[in-house]
Amino acid sequence: MSEDTKKRTLYEQVILDHNKNPRNCRLMPNPSCTSEGFNPLCGDQFTVFLKIEDDKIVDVSFQGCGCAISKSSASIMTTVLKGKTKAEAEALFARFHDMVTSDPGETDPPGDLGKLEVFCGVREYPVRVKCATLAWHTMLAALEGKNNPVSTE
Amino acid sequence: MSTKPTDVGAVDSPAPSSKQAALTDAEVQKIRSEFPCLQLHRHGKRLVYLDNAATTQKPRAVIEALSRYYEGQNANVHRGVHYLSALATELYESARKRIKEFLGAHLVCEIIFTRGATEGINLVAQTFGRQHVGPGDEILVSEMEHHSNIVPWQMLCEEKGANLRVIPINDRGELLMDQYEAMLTDRTRLVSIVHVSNALGTINPVRQIIQIAHGRGIPVLVDGAQSAPHMAINVAELGCDFFVCSGHKMMGPTGIGVLYGRAELLESMPPWHGGGDMILSVTFEKTIYNGIPQKFEAGTPHIEGVIGLGEAINYLQNLGMPRIQAYEAQLLDHGTRVLEAIDGLKIIGTAREKAGVLSFIMDHAHPHDIGQLLDEEGIAIRAGHHCAQPVMQRFQIPATARASLAFYNTREELDLLGEAILKVKKVFG
Repeated sequence: MSEDTKKRTLYEQVILDHNKNPRNCRLMPNPSCTSEGFNPLCGDQFTVFLKIEDDKIVDVSFQGCGCAISKSSASIMTTVLKGKTKAEAEALFARFHDMVTSDPGETDPPGDLGKLEVFCGVREYPVRVKCATLAWHTMLAALEGKNNPVSTE
Repeated sequence: MSTKPTDVGAVDSPAPSSKQAALTDAEVQKIRSEFPCLQLHRHGKRLVYLDNAATTQKPRAVIEALSRYYEGQNANVHRGVHYLSALATELYESARKRIKEFLGAHLVCEIIFTRGATEGINLVAQTFGRQHVGPGDEILVSEMEHHSNIVPWQMLCEEKGANLRVIPINDRGELLMDQYEAMLTDRTRLVSIVHVSNALGTINPVRQIIQIAHGRGIPVLVDGAQSAPHMAINVAELGCDFFVCSGHKMMGPTGIGVLYGRAELLESMPPWHGGGDMILSVTFEKTIYNGIPQKFEAGTPHIEGVIGLGEAINYLQNLGMPRIQAYEAQLLDHGTRVLEAIDGLKIIGTAREKAGVLSFIMDHAHPHDIGQLLDEEGIAIRAGHHCAQPVMQRFQIPATARASLAFYNTREELDLLGEAILKVKKVFG
């Protein structure tokens, strides 16, 4: 990995684009499951909706408001989850989480995360990990059928 | 949201002291050199510290007082017969006297040390509150309170079956005084009101608020966490029954604060925490409590915190609170002009009487992202709900970015803030 890629800035152009034009940002009329997530620190709040058929995510959307990192992370998440099983979604989040919490000084970030790699810069800003992972935590809570709202605190 | 004609917001009458000359730019430069943290650099740029409503930086005098204490004065206070204990006690109690003068209290015993303004309010809720508030009674707060002046009363109300009532504010962030008056009933047991709003900067007309409440025999607590560092306070003149403030917001150490209470009230209140120092005698059958202020200071106190706070107050008094207030008013005017000139930026909190708080939102940038990008420019501000979520709900926003001022800030720093915000605009369009 080149020095350049390692030193990604936090606000990649892709992130700014998803912030401005979030994908799948809509209410889902009859979701299989849904959950609400909060980041009390900065007032971020998202609802994630999932439609599941034969253990596969066939549709995913979100609504809410938050900073550019949390909103674009929710948006990009919805674009990578379709067609994934619950186990695959969980595994993907585990790798995403590893990437954004990896030590910026020591290791190369885990690769092969495709579109999600634009969030690599988050590992330089530990305070923003909560923003980047809020939608994912909320999505997992929905999959697990938890009714309590998710909080990053 | 539009301002209705009946929307008569409160305006505090300017203190007579506000005519005093402001600190000069040369004085401010000298002051800045006395604050080690203001010499820090971030990303190669001199730190611009605009998060003073969260905590202020400390002058060298305060930092040195703390090490002086541990290097040559450290002992437990009260009842010690040895030299060091007598010395520590003398320093501790003389800080109390200094704070009594600073707040304009009648008596030294009216000054109680707490961990901060939050603990002061909790102390009053758990002693005075539990003593006087019963089922169906009411406690009155405002829509612009910090969580620390909401939650302790909610806890008390839940326990006692009482009701928390909320004085509304207008779109400028000013209290609606006619509504306040109408909300006082024969069930109101206490009015607990913020002096200066940490989220909006509004200076509330506490003198008038107290007069109206006292006219009906209702006591008033004033949350002075954001006023004591920025203006001259005289609790006796204001007539408030309780006043709380936090040391770390007034150039002192963290973990130390002050509760002022009228002696008569403090004496009639039960103690809160039990332990050493708050007693006269203890047997298993009966304990006799100490008098005030010791009755409310159980256990070994935060000795170096008190000494550090005393030193901070000394520092503030040497500069002169009226001169600090006058200078910060000039800074606020300048900062307001800088921000108002930025297209797509909206200031939240435009009270006619306002302290040095600039809360704002931008069309396309979330406060959290604004804070992040300003940090890249070496500028420290705060983003979020500022522990005042009801204020955010009132203005229908999730959060604000907030630049908050102190007397060591300069117009140049506010110009840098303006330039950095323009860069934020460029990123987020």
